[in-house]
Amino acid sequence: MTTRYTKDHEYIRVEGDAGIVGISDYAQGQLGDVVFVELPSVGKTLSKGDEAAVVESVKAASEVYAPVSGEVVEVNSELESSPGTVNEDAAGRGWFMKIRLTDQSELDGLMTEEQYQEFVKSIS
Amino acid sequence: MAEPAHSDEPLLKTPLHAEHVAVGARMVPFAGYDMPVQYPTGILTEHNWTREHAGLFDVSHMGQAFLVAEDKSHETVARALEALIPADVLNLKPNQQRYSQLLADDGGILDDLMVTRVGAPGHEGWLYLVVNASMKDADYAHIEARLPKGVSLNRKDGLALMALQGPSAAAVLAKLAPETADLPFMMSADVQIDGIWSHVSRSGYTGEDGFEISCHAGDAAKLWTTLLADPEVKPIGLGARDSLRLEAGLCLYGHDIDTTTSPIEAGLIWSIQKRRREEGGFPGAERVQREIKDGAARVRVGIKPEGRAPAREGSVITTPDGREIGIVTSGGFGPTVNGPVAMGYVSKDASAVGTDLHLIVRGKPLPAKVAAMPFAPHRYKR
Repeated sequence: MTTRYTKDHEYIRVEGDAGIVGISDYAQGQLGDVVFVELPSVGKTLSKGDEAAVVESVKAASEVYAPVSGEVVEVNSELESSPGTVNEDAAGRGWFMKIRLTDQSELDGLMTEEQYQEFVKSIS
Repeated sequence: MAEPAHSDEPLLKTPLHAEHVAVGARMVPFAGYDMPVQYPTGILTEHNWTREHAGLFDVSHMGQAFLVAEDKSHETVARALEALIPADVLNLKPNQQRYSQLLADDGGILDDLMVTRVGAPGHEGWLYLVVNASMKDADYAHIEARLPKGVSLNRKDGLALMALQGPSAAAVLAKLAPETADLPFMMSADVQIDGIWSHVSRSGYTGEDGFEISCHAGDAAKLWTTLLADPEVKPIGLGARDSLRLEAGLCLYGHDIDTTTSPIEAGLIWSIQKRRREEGGFPGAERVQREIKDGAARVRVGIKPEGRAPAREGSVITTPDGREIGIVTSGGFGPTVNGPVAMGYVSKDASAVGTDLHLIVRGKPLPAKVAAMPFAPHRYKR
C-alpha cells in the first residue's frame, strides 16, 4: 500500500491496480466546515488533472482534481448525506472515490508522505 | 484543490488585530484590512453560537464619521445629508438610527450606511455615519464634494467598532451597562462599560437582537476582553458574519447592491420614508419614484435551492425551460436553515414566492424556488 500526494492536496492510497482518492488533512483544515460534496459517476473516465469532484465549505467551492488517470470504480456516497466526515477523518472515512489506474507510472510524479509534509511546511 | 489567491498589498490592522491573532484566528485580507475570517472552532460553530448565545464581531474596519453643522442645527445637517440619501433624516429623534443608501444621480447605490442623530448633550447638529470599509474613502470624497457651506465631515479613524449579536447579547450587556436593557431597536445611547466610554446602538447585521458598540481605539482591546469574559460570548469571524446576514436576507454592498442596482430593485423601499418618496429631492429620485409607481423590471428575491448543493454568487438564474432571467448575488450554505440559501435578481414576472427557477451550477441546472426572506426569522428588540 502506497500513499501519494499532489500539490493540490489530493491523496491517492494505492492498493493493487486501484487507488482511494481524497483530500489531505491539511486541506480539510484549510477549507473549514465541509457542507457539500459532489462526486463523479461510477464508470467515469478521468485524465490526470481533470476535475473529479467538488467540495464546498460554508465560504467557497473548491475542485478536487484526479491525481492519476483512470476509471472511477466506486464513490463514497456517504459524503452526500454527511459531508462533515471529510473534516472528521479526511484520510479515512472521508475518502471521495476509488480510481482504477490506467498508468501506474503516473504515481512517480506525485509526492511521498514525507515530501508532502515538507511541502505543507513550506507553504504554511 | 485550488489555492486562494493572495494580494501582496500591505494590509491595515484594526485595534483588535492582536486579540484575533492571539487566539489563533485565521486572518484574511478584506477591504484592505487583515481580518479574522474564522476562529479555531470554525464558521459553522460560530454561526450557531451567535444564533443560540452571543457572538462578538470586530467591525472596526468600517468607516465611522460625523457630519456636523456649524450652526448647531439638526435641520441644517439633516437637509445636507438628505440631498445625498433617500431616507428621512429630518424626522430622526435624538439617538435614533436609520439604514440608508448613498445614491448616484442615476439612482444606483454608491454604498449603504447607517445614520444616527447624535443625542449626547452639546451635539445638536451632529449626525453619526457608519459606512462600508471598502467604500469609505470614496464615500467621504463623494459626501465632502457635495456638502453646503457650514456643514463638514469629520472622519473618525480613531474609533473602533464591535458588534455583540445573539439572544444573550442583551443580558450580557445589561450586566455591564444596565441602561442598555430597554434600548429599542435602532436607538442608541452613550454609556460607560467597565469605565470605558461607549456609543451603543441596538442594531446589527445578523438578524438577531444585539448591539453595535463604538469606542476609542485605545480602549478597544479592554472592552473586547471585558465582553468576552462572559461565558455566553465568543468571538465570531467574517465567515459567519456573511452566513448570518445572508440567512437574515440582508444586502452586502458590492454583491447584492451596487451602482447598477436601485433601492427599489433591491427591495429597500422600507428604508425610504413616506415624505421622501413623495417629495424626492435626492439623487436618482426620478428613477426611484418611477419604480415605486410602475414597479422595477427586476427585483431582488430570496432563493432556496432544492437539493443540497449551494449556488454561489454569479450563478445564472433561468426559468425551468432555460430562459435566462437573472443572477445570484449571494449564495452559500445556511447553517440555521441547514441547507443552501441564496439571493439574487430576477425579472419581475418570476419574482413571486414559490416560482420555480433553475440555477446554473457548474454547467448544470439546479432546481430552486423563489423563497420569502429572511430565511432565519429576525429577532430584533422592537
